[in-house]
Parts: sequence; C-alpha cells; structure tokens
Amino acid sequence: MPKTGLFERTSYSTALHDADLDVREGSAVGIIGESGSGKSTLVRLLLGLDTPTEGTVHFDGRPVDAGATARALHWLRRETGMVFQDPYASLDPRMSVGRIVGEPLWALGVDGDRRARVREVLEEVGLEAGMADRFPHEFSGGQRQRIAIARAVVHRPRLLVGDEPLSALDVTVRAQILELLGELRRREGLTLVLVSHDIGVVQNLCDEVVVMKDGRVVEEGPTEKVLMQPQVAYTRRLLASIPVIDPGGS
Amino acid sequence: MSLQVADLTIDIDGRRVVDAVSFDVPDGTRVGLIGESGSGKSLTALALLGLLPDGADVSGSVRWDGQELIGMPDRELAKLRGDEIGIVFQEPRTALNPIRTIGRQIGESVRIHEGLSRSAARARAIDEASRVSLADPERIVARYPHQLSGGQRQRAAIAMALACRPRLLIADEPTTALDVTIQAEILELLLSLVQNDGMSLVFITHDLAVLSQIATHGVVLEGGRVVETAPVSTLLSAPASTVTQGLLRDATATLWRPGGVD
Repeated sequence: MPKTGLFERTSYSTALHDADLDVREGSAVGIIGESGSGKSTLVRLLLGLDTPTEGTVHFDGRPVDAGATARALHWLRRETGMVFQDPYASLDPRMSVGRIVGEPLWALGVDGDRRARVREVLEEVGLEAGMADRFPHEFSGGQRQRIAIARAVVHRPRLLVGDEPLSALDVTVRAQILELLGELRRREGLTLVLVSHDIGVVQNLCDEVVVMKDGRVVEEGPTEKVLMQPQVAYTRRLLASIPVIDPGGS
Repeated sequence: MSLQVADLTIDIDGRRVVDAVSFDVPDGTRVGLIGESGSGKSLTALALLGLLPDGADVSGSVRWDGQELIGMPDRELAKLRGDEIGIVFQEPRTALNPIRTIGRQIGESVRIHEGLSRSAARARAIDEASRVSLADPERIVARYPHQLSGGQRQRAAIAMALACRPRLLIADEPTTALDVTIQAEILELLLSLVQNDGMSLVFITHDLAVLSQIATHGVVLEGGRVVETAPVSTLLSAPASTVTQGLLRDATATLWRPGGVD
C-alpha cells in the first residue's frame, strides 16, 4: 500500500511521553493498553480535542491546532468521526434519532439533501430509515450504538475513531457491531483508529496495533506480528492475562 | 453443605425477571451463572442471600444446609451472611465503605460473627489481608478505599467476604470492572482460596472465557429462565441449547485467539 501519510510524523506528550504514531490512509490501527495507559489521551489529541504540551499532530499533512476556534477546525471535523463507549451517554435523549444523526451535516455545512442522507446512513448501519422520527430511549444498547456510528459517518469522514466502542455491549451485540465496523471500513474505505482494552476486537478488526503502558508506546507493528510474537515483556504479560475459552476448564 | 435452588421466581413491579430457576451447588463445586444483561443472573445471586431490592416478590425455594432461606427473617439471614455465605460484588469502589479503613471493614464480620475484640479483629484483618496477597498488610489495613487501586480494593473485598471462612462464596462479576492483567490475578487468587478452603462457589459472569477458567459447572440463563445446565467442558465443546451455541459463537467472534485468526 502506498504511504500517503494520513498522519505524518506525529508526536505527542502530556499524560503521554513522546508517543509517535503514524496512521496510514485506509489502515485500521488498534491502540491497546490498560486503564491509565494514555490511549484515550492519545485519541483526544489526535482529534484536536486536547492540545499537546509538546509535539504536533498532522492530518493529511495539515497541522491540527486544538487551540483554534471551532470554525477553524471544521476541516478536521469534516474528515473525522468519533464513536464513544457508552451509547446511553453519548446520545441526547431529547433529540430525535434523525436530528442526532443529521446534526453533523448541518453543523459542518455539508451540502446536498441532508434528510435523504440521514435516511440512507441509517440503512447503511442496519437500521430503518423510518427510525429517524423516534427517540433514543426506544432503542436497545446495540441499536443505540448503531445510531452513534451513523452519526459518526453521516458526513462521510475519512477517519473513524472509536474509543472502546464495543466495551459496554453484550457479547451477541458486540459481534454485530464488530461486523458493521469491518463492513464500513471495506465499503467506505474508512481509516480506522480503535482504542480498546479488548485485544480480541483489535485482532479481528485492525491490521496494525499499538501497545501502550503508562503513557508510552511500548510496542507497535502489524497485528499478527505483535500479537503472535510480542517482543516486549509487558505485551506478553498483557496477552497471557486474557482469559480464553478453554473447554478443558479449570 | 450444599445449596439447592428450586423454582426460584422473582417478580419486580409485576414483571417476571427470574422464572422458575433451579440448580444445585453440591459441596465443593464451582458453579457459574452465565447470561447477558437482563438474563436474571445477578438477581438470582442476590436472592440467594435475601438481598433483593424492596418491592421484589420472591417465591420458590433456596435451601442451604437443609434450611430454607426464602422467607427466613432478616435477623436469621444476617447470621448466615458473611459467616457461612460470603459475597463479592462487581465494583469494589461501591462495595466498600469510603469512610472506614480497610482493616475495620475486613474485621467487621469477625467482630460480629465471632465476637472478637477490636484489637483482635485488627490483628485478624492483617492476617486476612496477607491471605489475599495485599502487599504490606500492616499499612494497608490503616488505609481508606480511595487510597487503594482497583485491584487492591477487590482483594480487600475478597478478604472481607472470606474473613469468617464461609462455606459458600457468591461472586457477582468480581473481575468485570478490572483491567485484564488484574483480572487474571484476582481469578487466580479466588480459585486458589476456594480450592484451599474447600468452599463452594457461585460465580456470576457474562464472559464464557472467565467461566471456563473458574467454574466446574455452568447454568446458562436467558430472559430469567435456565436454558441449559451442564459441566463447563460440555457447555463449551457441545452446547445443547441454541442460546449457549449463540453465546459461544458470538464470544468466539470477538475473542482473543492466541493461535491467530484463521
């Protein structure tokens, strides 16, 4: 794959120490680590939601200045979408699904038939167009996460960032949302950055993985390589801790 | 001493949330209750100790060592709780009292059930803290919950539950709120303590992998009903019900596979 440099030479440091990360266009990068490892801080910087003390973030060669006005960051918001962990907290209960999903179109001034796009994207994420008139409380956790994903991709961003997008979901729903994310990636050519403490999800969805601990990147590389032949003691310990389904039992 | 649950049924505000649940926990076995949110697994566990919220309507039978626990006066139940039957909850942050030291909370049940003096309870708390591998137990017992990490808090909660050497431990998703490396430590600790003391265990989880590490038998719940009961090895290698098959398939889809993705 040609290196087009979606994020070129990026480096960060706050709760992070000199974290360098390149995300190539079209790739799917998983950031794994435990609580306090700095993985959420890293994506907040990446999306211009926080300002790094030192270092810079570039998107497509263009510097991300989190201190700039909201309007000055429109270009970045157009290119990016974000899905959070808890679909019970991330959807405004007083807004209809149509308004929730369509809001980025209006806020970012995206041209075209916005209502049609909302109906279209609802179907793309496996919901029905008619659901636009309903409200979040009428939906299950899995449906809510689909709504959150619809909102994140409605303006056709090139980069989708998920901060533990499966962690709050039941296992059957997790499998469905995992499949949806993979499908969106294939169909829309989305670049994906996925923060997760769930290594199984990363293994399934990502072709590259970044392991973080205490604000540092301790290991990174192709998913298969890092997970099958971890070079760093911490990665090995992390992987060994994950329970596997063992029919032999305890 | 064994636990027998028969036709346990719970209604809350006229809605049936647990429906004729039956299972046995013979002495020394480790039984996992598994299901998704809303399957009734946690309510079943709470019902075993008479800890259901007000307004819950319970029927059926929970027999512990031949005594019927359903309908037992709270004063009698309180004598069993923490003494013969211990419980560990999911979130140690809310299970521990924030304004009492760890030592006082670990010592509380031995003071109540064994009538130990304050100083004897303190000495016992230190022993119990070291039993759950809390480093530097003399200092830990003087601390407050907020001064501990999540893993240390869960160890303290386990020490509280086990201080009186109960015969049965009920653990409601005790590792769900913890990081994976800490989860592995806590599971190992629980398993070794349960095996050393010859305790029985009722372990509630939504995670088949965790179930396979800790339990000998599994009870699969869906929508408040038991859909399958079997040894864990059977559940995982030859699940009979479509619910278990679905859980296994979906868990495998998102599960870490040390051998790589096919």
